[in-house]
This record gives sequence, structure tokens and C-alpha cells, in this order.
Amino acid sequence: MTRMENPSGSIQNPSVSIQDLSLNFGAVSVLETLNIDVAEGEFIVLLGPSGCGKSTLLNCIAGLLDVSDGRIFIKGKNVTWEEPKDRGIGMVFQSYALYPQMTVEKNLSFGLRVAGIAKDEIAKRIARAAEILQIEPLLQRKPSALSGGQRQRVAIGRALVRDVDVFLFDEPLSNLDAKLRAELRVEIKLLHSKLQNTMIYVTHDQIEAMTLADRIAVMKGGVIQQLDAPQTIYNRPVNRFVAGFLGSPAMNFLDGRLEKDEGNWYFAVEDVRIPLATYAFEKEPVPGAAVFGIRPEHVAFNSGAGWPFTATSNVVVVEPMGSDTLVWLKLGNQNFTVRVTSERTPNNADTVSIGFDPTRASLFDAATGARL
Amino acid sequence: MSDHAVSLPAGTGAIGLEASGPRGPKPRHVFSRRNIFLYGTLIVVALYYLLPLYVMVVTSLKGMPEIRLGNIFSPPLEITFEPWVKAWSSACTGLNCDGLSRGFWNSVRITVPSVILSIAIASVNGYALANWRFKGADTFFVILIVGAFIPYQVMIYPIVIILREVGLYGSLSGLVIVHSIFGMPILTLLFRNYFSSMPEELFRAARVDGAGFWGIYFRIMLPMSLPIFVVAIILQVTGIWNDFLFGVVYTRPDTYPMTVQLNNIVNSVQGVKEYNVNMAATILTGLVPLVVYFVSGKLFVRGIAAGAVKG
Repeated sequence: MTRMENPSGSIQNPSVSIQDLSLNFGAVSVLETLNIDVAEGEFIVLLGPSGCGKSTLLNCIAGLLDVSDGRIFIKGKNVTWEEPKDRGIGMVFQSYALYPQMTVEKNLSFGLRVAGIAKDEIAKRIARAAEILQIEPLLQRKPSALSGGQRQRVAIGRALVRDVDVFLFDEPLSNLDAKLRAELRVEIKLLHSKLQNTMIYVTHDQIEAMTLADRIAVMKGGVIQQLDAPQTIYNRPVNRFVAGFLGSPAMNFLDGRLEKDEGNWYFAVEDVRIPLATYAFEKEPVPGAAVFGIRPEHVAFNSGAGWPFTATSNVVVVEPMGSDTLVWLKLGNQNFTVRVTSERTPNNADTVSIGFDPTRASLFDAATGARL
Repeated sequence: MSDHAVSLPAGTGAIGLEASGPRGPKPRHVFSRRNIFLYGTLIVVALYYLLPLYVMVVTSLKGMPEIRLGNIFSPPLEITFEPWVKAWSSACTGLNCDGLSRGFWNSVRITVPSVILSIAIASVNGYALANWRFKGADTFFVILIVGAFIPYQVMIYPIVIILREVGLYGSLSGLVIVHSIFGMPILTLLFRNYFSSMPEELFRAARVDGAGFWGIYFRIMLPMSLPIFVVAIILQVTGIWNDFLFGVVYTRPDTYPMTVQLNNIVNSVQGVKEYNVNMAATILTGLVPLVVYFVSGKLFVRGIAAGAVKG
């Protein structure tokens, strides 16, 4: 697995800093010496498949789980042993976790009442949060009388009134339907630009990650695979896992060999040869088994010559998706998809030509999956 | 497209289906085989349980001459409440002749503190076991549950000795402690299961909000667990009220609970057997659990269902 090289080097005065964090449940290691620095006001998304440790990491930051090793700093203060309430965090949960027997107003004020804050101050903070989230008409209702979207707004409000430095979101939109999810996604983004708080957001939804994040941390097996800006992760994934996890429809992977012929590098898929003259290698390549990855939207379709690589193939299946169409082809004997605009949808069994520039491709080591 | 279908003349189904076929809800016959079986069984079972109660009520309202006629199912010719009054205030047990009233108040003084004490402790136990996974929590829980399977008879004599040594033997408070301890395994199980069926994120949210052990218990968990408290109260009230064994072992004649006193009235060997008084006394003793069931029937079922979900 590729680790980040000195990930904490770049950021001065990080808002949240996690140093060598490990967590074991008995013999099972959930997080392994994890390092991450989050800048002030940054929106970080922890992205990964279920069981990758992203929610666990968030719970460690919140103080809801005791860590096995390592330290957590929030605003420069070591909070590794602090109670959740003393960490300056607010948390939004997937199931909203609103107290069912309390009205919205009481839900919002619960933490403040526990902390013994003066009544008029509580009222002021609730008024502000309710205004930002537009939940003023709901304040006297019980959570059971709210819709899913309204409940999630109240849950965000509960973090908002506590006047915290860091917001933690644990898959907050997963329980909502697709339309509402898209709406609230935008609202969270607006909220972030309005408040300028540090936000750490856990999701398994790559669209949420791409749209919301300043930086994405892609996780797998308790290890951060890549931590970078969304575009960088999308265009230059550090390994095959990251490449396959991001992007829908998924990236094409072709198994083949890296070969050198008369001083030029080629990628050979059976009898097809893809020239790699324009590809930027991470390090000096060695001949051998490799995986060639290219996204379906980076492949040109029936658009004549002029590409470093061109080929013809027969259409196997066509999947119309509305805005565009996914065309399944064969390259060599391997599946290959191309994304085309819906006006240019071909028929089954048509012979079509494709072309692409290997600059946009990614090459991975066949054994380790690391980017070449 | 549905507009189009509706505009077709009725009965001219596109595929030529007959117009007079079945339509709407399927008719049900009142005297179907299924109904006869179902209601027949229910009526038989209801009679099986209600008939003895009927006999008891009827007998308790008759005078002794009428009872001697032997028609136990016939309603009383002359209704008299004298057996009830006698059972309550003047029936004799041993040397005391002040009826069941003494035992009733003893039972109240045993049941109320036992119920409150055992539920208070068990609910906190269950809450701690479900939400604050301390080290060794599972071991503790297993030990507690194993306690539920040890026969009472094994523990009677050791507890007699313990109570004697601490000077509580024969007193009501001794019996209260015994009842609280013996209620602990099943009540803790009940509460633990109920609390662990609550969403864990709620508990986490409360922690982030800064509430501590007692804060979460009193302000979040308690208001949400009325059904399970009702179940626990019913279990404990009926269990402790109906208890005979501990009552007869750990108390003295003047502190006997109602059940023990009832036994002494019904089984007294001297004089005539006063069936009407015995019946009245028995109904009086069973009245408290009966009232509890009637008042809380619906909540009881809901709570049992809620508590039984998760193991």
C-alpha cells in the first residue's frame, strides 16, 4: 500500500492534527499509524468502502472511542484523553440521533443546558442556528413530526449552537432519498462557505466527496491511500484501488505487459499495442506485467485519427443513461467502456473506432497496484 | 396513459375478459370452518379460565346454608357481603382474629419498597451494561444471568443465616432485600436488552452534548423507556405480591404477607370450613395483581415486545 510521504509537513497550525493514530479491537487492527493534518477552515472528506475505518476514525476524533496509540490535537491542544464535550467538536450522525422526547428547541439546547449556559445566551444561539438552517417554524415540534431532511437540519443545528471549532459529519445524508441528498449536499456546502469552520465529513458516496471536499482522504483497511484535492485524486490516483473506487462509470482496467521496443515504451494487451510516449511515469519503468487504466469519458468515439492510440471494435452492449450513453466494447479480449453523448449512441454489433491520449491514462503495477 | 384506459367503455376489456367476474374484496363467510375453529377454541379456553373465577365470586356471595345445598354453579339466591367483611377484618389465623387486613398492609409494605428498589438498581445495571461497556461487563452479565438458574431452595438457608447475622431476620426490610436480590437477574436482562435496542448514536450524541452517566440516564434514557418500566413494575408487583415461599421463611406471624395469611385461613383445621369466607379471602388476595393487569394491559404487551427483540 502506498502511504503518504510526510503528510503533516505542509500545513502550519492545523485545526485538527492526528499523529500516529492506531486503534485495535483485540487482535483486529482497525486503524494503523494514521497521520493527517486538517487546515483551519478546510473541508476534508474521508471516503472509502464500508469497513475501511472512516467512521471509526471520526469517532476517535470525537472522543467516542479510546485510541490504542497515537495523539489527536484540535486547535493545537492535545485532546487524546479529553471527553467529547471538551474537544470543541460538534457531530452530526447518520440516523440524526435526535432525542425523541424533546422538541426541536430542546434538542438544540440540550448540550447548552447541560453545560449550564445562561438562558438568554441559549435563546440567542438557537435563534441564530434556526435562522441559518431555516428551521424557525419547526422549533416547537417533536422530531417524529419532521421529515428526514428537516431532521438532518436539526441535527446540524445541534452542532451549530455549540459554537465549536470543528464539525464532524458521519454519513449525514445516507438515510435520505436521492433528491433530498442532492439538495442538502448543496446546503452543507453553502453552510461551510458561510461559517468557514473546519469540517470532517465521512461518506462512501464519491459524488458527495468530489463535490464537497477541499481534500479527500481515500481510505481502505484502516490506511489512508491518498489524501489530495478531488481533481488530483480523480486524474492521478496513486493506486489501482483509488482509481477504481472513484468515478462512475468505473475506470477501464486492461491487464497486459509493459514493453520496450526500439527505445519506446508500449503497453501490450494481447496483440494491441498502446504507445506510452506521452505518459508521465512516476519512476523509471521496468518491463513486466502491468495494468492500464483509462476513464470511459477520456476515450474519443468515432472521431477520426489524430489520437496517439486508435483502434476499432464491435459494440457489445449499449447502456443509455439519459445525459449520455455507456458503450461496452472489446479491446483484445477484455471489456472496455466508452462514454458518449446520447445523440451519438451506436447500435449493437456496430463497428466503431475509438482513440485516446495515454497522457490521461494511469498505469499500475500488476502485483502491488501502485501507480507507475 | 391511465386516462386512455379509463375512457374505455366498462366491460369491454381489451383482451375480452368477461365482465361479471370477481371484483373487489373476496367475500368472507361468518360460519366458515376457519372461524368455527378459531372462535370455538377461544371460547373453550376462556370458559376454562373464567369458570373457576365465576364459582369463586358466586360462592363468596352466598351464606353457608345455601352453599350446603351443593349447587356450586347456581347464582346466589340471597346476596350477602358478610363473608367478604369477615375475610377482611375478622377471620382468625392462629391467635390473631383481625382478618386479612393485617396481611394486606404487610404485603403492601413489602411490595412497594421491593419494587422500587429492585427496578431502580436493575435499570441502572442494564443501562451500564448496555451503554457503558466497562471491562468485564460481559462476564458480570453472565454471572448475573446464571444466578437466575440457581434454584431458590439452594439459597434459602444461607440467606437465613446471613439475615440472622446482620440482624434482619424476621423483619420486613429483610424480606425486601431478598426480593430485590432475586429480582435482579431477570430485570437486569430486561433493561439491558431494552437499552441496547435503542440506537447507539443517540447515546453518542448525548455524550458529544456533554451529558455524563447520570445525565444520559435520567434525561435521555428514562423518558424513552416508559414501556419497559411498566413491564418491570408488573413483573415485580405480581411476583412479589404472589410470593409465598420467601414470605413464610423470612417473616414472623405478625409480619406475614397476605399470601401466607390466606393459606393459614384456608387451611385452618378447627371449626367449620367456611367456603364463602375462603373464596372471598382468595379473591381479595388476588385483586392487586388483577387490577395491575387490567390497568396496564396494553403497555405491558408493548413493553414485552420491545424488550424481547435483542439478545
